[in-house]
Amino acid sequence: MINPADGISRETDTAGRQIQPGDRYSRETDTAGRQIQPGDRYSRETDTADRKRLEFGGKESRKIFILVCHKTNPLNPIMPSSTVAEPEVNLELALDHGMTEQEYEMVIDYLGRTPTFTELGVYSVMWSEHCSYKNSILELKKLPREGEQLLVEAGEENAGLVDIGDGMACAFKVESHNHPSAIEPYQGAATGVGGIHRDIFTMGARPIASLNSLRFGKLENPRVRYLLDGVVRGIADYGNSFGIPTVGGEIYFDDAYEGNPLVNAMSVGIVKVGETASATSKGVGNPVLIVGSSTGRDGIHGATFASEEISEESESKRPSVQVGDPFTEKLLLEATLEALKTGAIVGIQDMGAAGIACSTSEMAARGKEGMKIDLDKVPAREPGMTAYELLLSESQERMLVVADKGREQELIDIYEKWDLNAVVIGQVVEGDRVTYWKDGEVKADIPADSLVLGGGAPQYKREVKKPGYLDDVQNFDESSLDHPEDHNEILIKLLGSPNIASKRWAHQQYDTTVRTNTVNAPGATDSGVVRLKGTRRGLAMKTDCNGRYVYLNPRRGGQIAVVEAARNVVCSGAQPLAITNCLNFGNPYKPEVYWTFREALAGMGEACRALNTPVTGGNVSFYNENPDGAVFPTPVIGMLGLVEDVYEHTMTPQFKNRGDLIYYLGAARKGLGGSEYLRHIHGKTTGDAPSLDIEFEVKLQKELLEMIRKKQINAAHDISDGGLATTLAEMAIMSGKGALVSVKEMNGSDYELLYSEAQSGVVVTVPADNSAAIEKQVKSAGLPYYKLGKVGGNFLEIDQIIRIQVDELTDRYESAIPSAMEEEG
Amino acid sequence: MNKTIGVVVFPGSNCDHDAYHAFKHVMNVNTRFLWHKDRDLEGIDLLVIPGGFSYGDYLRSGAIARFSPIMQAVVNYAEEGRPVLGICNGFQILLEAGLLPGAMLHNEKLRFICKNAWIRVENDQSLFTRSLKQGEVYDIPVSHGEGNYFIDEDGLKELQDHDQILFRYSNRNGEITEEANFNGSVDAIAGICNRRGNVLGMMPHPERAVEKILGSDDGLKILESMLDGLAVS
Repeated sequence: MINPADGISRETDTAGRQIQPGDRYSRETDTAGRQIQPGDRYSRETDTADRKRLEFGGKESRKIFILVCHKTNPLNPIMPSSTVAEPEVNLELALDHGMTEQEYEMVIDYLGRTPTFTELGVYSVMWSEHCSYKNSILELKKLPREGEQLLVEAGEENAGLVDIGDGMACAFKVESHNHPSAIEPYQGAATGVGGIHRDIFTMGARPIASLNSLRFGKLENPRVRYLLDGVVRGIADYGNSFGIPTVGGEIYFDDAYEGNPLVNAMSVGIVKVGETASATSKGVGNPVLIVGSSTGRDGIHGATFASEEISEESESKRPSVQVGDPFTEKLLLEATLEALKTGAIVGIQDMGAAGIACSTSEMAARGKEGMKIDLDKVPAREPGMTAYELLLSESQERMLVVADKGREQELIDIYEKWDLNAVVIGQVVEGDRVTYWKDGEVKADIPADSLVLGGGAPQYKREVKKPGYLDDVQNFDESSLDHPEDHNEILIKLLGSPNIASKRWAHQQYDTTVRTNTVNAPGATDSGVVRLKGTRRGLAMKTDCNGRYVYLNPRRGGQIAVVEAARNVVCSGAQPLAITNCLNFGNPYKPEVYWTFREALAGMGEACRALNTPVTGGNVSFYNENPDGAVFPTPVIGMLGLVEDVYEHTMTPQFKNRGDLIYYLGAARKGLGGSEYLRHIHGKTTGDAPSLDIEFEVKLQKELLEMIRKKQINAAHDISDGGLATTLAEMAIMSGKGALVSVKEMNGSDYELLYSEAQSGVVVTVPADNSAAIEKQVKSAGLPYYKLGKVGGNFLEIDQIIRIQVDELTDRYESAIPSAMEEEG
Repeated sequence: MNKTIGVVVFPGSNCDHDAYHAFKHVMNVNTRFLWHKDRDLEGIDLLVIPGGFSYGDYLRSGAIARFSPIMQAVVNYAEEGRPVLGICNGFQILLEAGLLPGAMLHNEKLRFICKNAWIRVENDQSLFTRSLKQGEVYDIPVSHGEGNYFIDEDGLKELQDHDQILFRYSNRNGEITEEANFNGSVDAIAGICNRRGNVLGMMPHPERAVEKILGSDDGLKILESMLDGLAVS
C-alpha cells in the first residue's frame, strides 16, 4: 500500500513499527507511543495519521516556502532572493517539494540530467495532484464525456462547452477552493470565485451566473461560524463587485466537515458558437503576452498546499493563499472579451494554479510547439524575484495570451484602455520545449509535454479497499428506532435544522439580480434560472450533493447526486443537458478513500448515461481530511438545464392558488437511511442511502417536464432533505399559503411517508378543474401518483398528526441560521 | 420620444448594461454609453450614473470616481440644471462629488443586502416623480453594502423643508417602520434630490424591475415618470 515511489523507507514509524492504513494516533506521540520531540525527522506530521505526507513526500511544504522566500537570506527576507545562491538540487530537495523518488527519477529521465532548482519547482507544481490529476485521471476517463450537445470534449479546454441552441453555447465549470478557505476563509472563497470566472471568460464566454456549494462542521462551533461568515463575505464581495449574479447554492453542516470545509464555486457563461477562444499556442514567431495584474510572491506553492491534508501546520501556510481583486478581474473580463473580438488572439489561458509555469507549458503542449519566455519582462510587484518565484507565483487576475504576429499592439492598446498590463514576454518557437530565461541565462528548459496531464505527468492506479464501516451502516435495523410521538415537534425541529432551514442569511449577501436576467433567484426555487436576452430561452442550474448518502453508499450516493440535481432543474422547467463536477474526497493514498472515490464515480457515470447528461469537466479535490479522518465523500454536481421557453415554462415550488390540488408523483416513500430525520432527531448517520431506481427516475423526470411544458401544473417541488413533510412545509412557507393533506392512501408508516428521503418523488399542484385529465395522463405513463389534498387556509395540516400555522413554520425556517450567526452580536 | 439617455461607464460599473437595457430595449429610448475618460456630454438629455463598483471602491464607494475625467463634465452638466440620475453606486458618487448632501455609511448590520424592498413616494411634484403619486409604494430591488444614508439634523431638516426626499423605505402597506428601513438610513431615506431638483440619487434599482419575468415591473413606472419629466423640462 506504500507508494512504490517513496524514497525513504516509510513502511515503518520512528519505532520501526509497520504502519497500517487507518492508524490513529494522538498528535503528541508517534505510532509507538513515543513522545514526539522537536526536530524528530518523522514527527507527527509525517508518520502518524497523516500517512499521505509520507507518501506524497510533502514533508512540510512550509519548508519550501521558507526556503524560497526567507531561508535564502535569513537576515533580511525582504532582500532580493535573486542575490542568494540557489540550493543544490538533489533527492532530498525533491522530497521537500512534495515529489516522490520515482517522480524525481522521471524528471531526470525526461531532461537527461539533474534538473535545475527552477525546473524542480516547475515539475513539482505541475505534477502536484492539483495540476496533474495523477491519482484521478484514470477513473475520470471512465465517466461519459460524449454527447451531441457537447461542443468541446471534457478536459480539452478550460471548461466544458454545451450547445444551447439559437447559435449560442454555454461554458460552465465548478471548482474547489477548500484548503485556502479552511485557513483564510474570506480570501480563499473570494479567489475561488475569481478563478472559476476566469476559466469561463478565457474561453471567450461572458459569465452570466455563479453558484456555490459549501460544507462546514457544526454551526454550534464558533470556528464554523467564523468560517461560514468569512466564506460568504468572500463570495459576496468578489461576485458582487465583479457584477455576476449568484443564482444558486447549497450549504450543509455536518461534523464530518469539521476543520476541512468545502468551498466549491461554479461559473456559467455564454458565447456565440464559433466565437470561442482556445487555450492553445500555435504559430512559430507569434508573441506571447502576459496580461492583467503584476506578479508577486503570493500564492507560491498554492497548488502543492492544495494537494495535502490540512493539519495544525496549515495555519503557517496562510501565505500560500492568494489575495483577490475583483475590480481588476472585472477589467480583465471586459478587456479580454474586447481583445478576443479583434481576432488577433491565437490562444489564451488564465493563470490559476502554478501561474506562468502552468499556462505556458499547457498551451505549448496543446499546440505542440515550443515557447521561449523571458522572465525579466514579466511585470513584477516586488523587486528581485527569482525565476522560480516568477514561474510559481499564483498572483490572481492574470492571463497568458498568444497573439497573431504583428497584431500584438492592437491587444496592448485594448488592455491599456482598461488600465491593465499587457507585455510581450516571449514567443512561440520551433520544437517542443519551453525555455525560461532570466538575467540572460536559461533557468529552465523543459519538454512541455512532459509537464502536463495526458503527456508526461505521472498517472497512478491506486490501491482500493472497501471500508469496513459500510456493512455496519447498511445493515442498520430501522425497527430498532424509538420514534418520538409528536409529529408537530419533529417537523418544527427539522425546519430548524441548519441543513433544511432557509439560507436567506447567506443568499441575501449575494447580488442575485444584477444584469437583469435572474428569473429564479436562490431560496424559493429548486434551481436557479437565468434568461438569455434576445431569445426565449433560459438556463437552469443547480449544484447538488448529499455527502451523507455517498458516505453510506458510495455508488448509489454518486447516482443520487446526479439524478437529484437533474430533478431540480426539471422542477424548474428545464431539460437537463450536461454536468460539471467537483469531486471532494479524502487522501487518495488511503485505499478506503480510493475505493469510495471509484464507486462514487461509477455511480455518477451510470446516472449520467441514463439521463444523457455527459460530464463536461470539473475538478478533483483530494486530501480533504481532518485529524479524525476524511470528510464525507462529496462529489458536487453542477447541473445545467435548458428552459426552452423561459417566459412560459419556468416553474417554482410555491403554492399558487387556494383550491389547487396537491399530488405526489413518484416512487414509494420507504426507508429512513441517511435522512435528516435520522441525523437531526435521532442523532444518527446510518442506514443505507435512500433507494433509487434510475430507469424510473428518468421516466418521472420526462413526464414531469412534459406536464410543465404543457402548463398543466402550477407548482413543483422535489422531495429531498427532510422528506415529504419538509417539502410540503417549504411550499407553504414560500407562498404563505397553507394546505390540508392526507397521506393515508400511501402505504407505509407515518415516519417513512413523512420523513423518508427515498428518491424519485415530487409534489405538484394542479388546478382542480384539470385534475381528471392529468390523473389519466400520469396513469397511462405508468407513474404512481396520490392525491394528497389541496391548497388553502393558514395551517399546514397532515391527517390528524400535524397541524401548524404557516407563520410558525416560517419563523422557524427563517430564523434558525440568522439567530445562530448573529448571537454573538 | 427623441430624447437621448447617456449611461456613464466607469471601469467597475456593473449595472450599466441594466440601465441601458431598460431604457433602450424595454422603453425604446435612444440610449448610449459614455466612457469615464470622455468629457463630452453633448446631446444627452438625461445622464444616468449606474450602479457597480466604479473603481473597485476599496477605499470608500465613489471616492475615486469623483476624480475621473467625466465627473467634471457631470458637475458642469448638473450645474446647468440638466437632469442627472444616480442609482446605487451612482448615488454614492453624487454624494462624493458634492452634488447631493449627506454621506453613505455601511449598512447597519455591516452586511451586503440584496433583496426586493418597498419604497414609498414622498414627493410627486419633482422633475423625476411627477407621474407618480405621493404615498404609493413600489417593489424595487436593492443591492448594496453601503446604503445607510447619513445626514445631520440640520441637513435633514433642510431636505425636509425643501421636499428633497423623494423615496423612503416602507413596508408593503406604506408604513415607515424600523424593520422596513433595513439598512438603517436616517429617516428611512431611499432617494433624494438636490435643492434645484435636477439631480436625483437613489439606492434602489428601478432598472432591475422593468419586466414581469424579473419578479417586478414597478421600476418601469419610476423610469417612465423620469422620461415624462424630460418631456416637460
